[in-house]
Amino acid sequence: MNIEFLFPRTESKERHEHDVEMLEADLEEEDLKREVLTSLNSSDAFLMVTPGQRITSDPQFMKGHGTYHLPPDSMLSAVAGIVEPVNKLILVRPLHTRYTGDIGDLVIGRITEVTQKRWKVDLNSRQDGVLQLSSINLPGGVQRRKTEEDELQMRKFFIEGDLLVAEIHAFFQDGAANLHTRNSKYGKLRNGSFINVPPPLVQRCKTHFHTLPCGIDVILGLNGYIWPIDDSTREKIARVCNCINALSQNFVYINDTAIIYAYDASLKFHVRELRRLDVIDEIMSIVVAKVASSKTGFFQ
Amino acid sequence: MSRQELLNPGGLRIDGRRATELRKIKCKPSVLRQADGSAYIEQGNTKCLAAVYGPREPRLKSQIIHDKANINVELSYAPFSTSERKRRAKTDKRILEIASAVKQTFEPVILANLFPRSQIDIYLQILQFDGGTVQICINAATMALIDAGVPMRDYVCACTAGCFDKQPVLDLNNTEESSDSPELTVAILPRSGKVTLLQMESRLHVEKFESVMNLATEGCKAIYKILDKSIRDNMKDATSNMI
Repeated sequence: MNIEFLFPRTESKERHEHDVEMLEADLEEEDLKREVLTSLNSSDAFLMVTPGQRITSDPQFMKGHGTYHLPPDSMLSAVAGIVEPVNKLILVRPLHTRYTGDIGDLVIGRITEVTQKRWKVDLNSRQDGVLQLSSINLPGGVQRRKTEEDELQMRKFFIEGDLLVAEIHAFFQDGAANLHTRNSKYGKLRNGSFINVPPPLVQRCKTHFHTLPCGIDVILGLNGYIWPIDDSTREKIARVCNCINALSQNFVYINDTAIIYAYDASLKFHVRELRRLDVIDEIMSIVVAKVASSKTGFFQ
Repeated sequence: MSRQELLNPGGLRIDGRRATELRKIKCKPSVLRQADGSAYIEQGNTKCLAAVYGPREPRLKSQIIHDKANINVELSYAPFSTSERKRRAKTDKRILEIASAVKQTFEPVILANLFPRSQIDIYLQILQFDGGTVQICINAATMALIDAGVPMRDYVCACTAGCFDKQPVLDLNNTEESSDSPELTVAILPRSGKVTLLQMESRLHVEKFESVMNLATEGCKAIYKILDKSIRDNMKDATSNMI
């Protein structure tokens, strides 16, 4: 009797094939983008525009964020930024801007106001978000209706100035975000340090909770608020904070890989030296080179 | 003669410029980290710092406009900005008037209907004063708004022009402003040429008006080129690590 062995396909090979597939899809997308940009008379790989600049008068394109229509048929840029075509839709993405949320985004916010049945939360957005009393988990994980008594005790859960991590649940009519913390991962933030970076630098990822090899947990809020956590030492937190600040000053996308590279490159300096511009430049040149060579794809 | 000669027989002004020459402009966006957008600009010896915050949640409920953003402009002079050191109250009528002129200049240009129930704060500070407050405030605010990523129809560029003995002159400094010659401030959208602000507080013969207005418009277009270059250079620097 012949026995046939079936070898399982190794995971690494599978992932490799998947990567190639992804790469091909990316390339195709790149080609499309290039095609659109060429049709917009841009010789470069990207097109930089400033307010009032005509992007196109071709009626086949749709106007997206950062553009406006000038009758009869011109599409003009409304912001200074980079043109990003998505098929026939044309967006202009500015470098600095306030956060515009999407449902499902993980954000870090600060309580600004406690009102009846709800908290107002600063999200670095154009309006404060709202966290309703009904969309939090009670301590101890009890699932029940929130009573009037809970309403009176709202300051026991969050008071003004508290930081919290939450998810955008929905939007109100006027565009304000409705948050929820109904997950054990969400809730009040403690034992860490707060960093603010431009929101476009934090990109959507599978997870926004990262544990760095140095033992620090980092929460990357999509609204540009970042919170590194460590229970024991302040020094490591300070180092991570300085690394993230250095990345944001140099406009490098902020994700776990970039932070790890920056952290490793920073180890030969004292924490307080990391605020010096020459030190930042030295670290960033290492990070940029590493990121460019690692081809992880987040440089698009 | 008590009155100083504003334009000498050689065609030069007090500071050595010709009649149709702008003062030297230096500008830089993104100078403050804390603000959403900021800019620093120098026009000759007039220096201005602008910071833009927003669109953000209005600080007062009464300031909420339910279908568009509320634009708030605050102007202040540093105590050391003039030759005589003095502290000017923020409620000075003259200062409030300039702030409201700047606000009215930007209201039709900013796409405020995209941000209902929000507020855009523009803080302007004159660090050194040598004439042309309105024009420098508008130019600085334009740069700071663009830096903040606030959607606008176009740049807004402002420039002054005056008239000395039938000769139109561009970009008056403080001495020239303080003389009794007329002064015109114009703010235009440089690409379309639309006028958003036109201010004159003295009398000017109607025959002269057109040439003065044209000179100021030319000045605005020259300023536009300088501002646009500065914004583009800043973007290139910032994105060099991204792409």
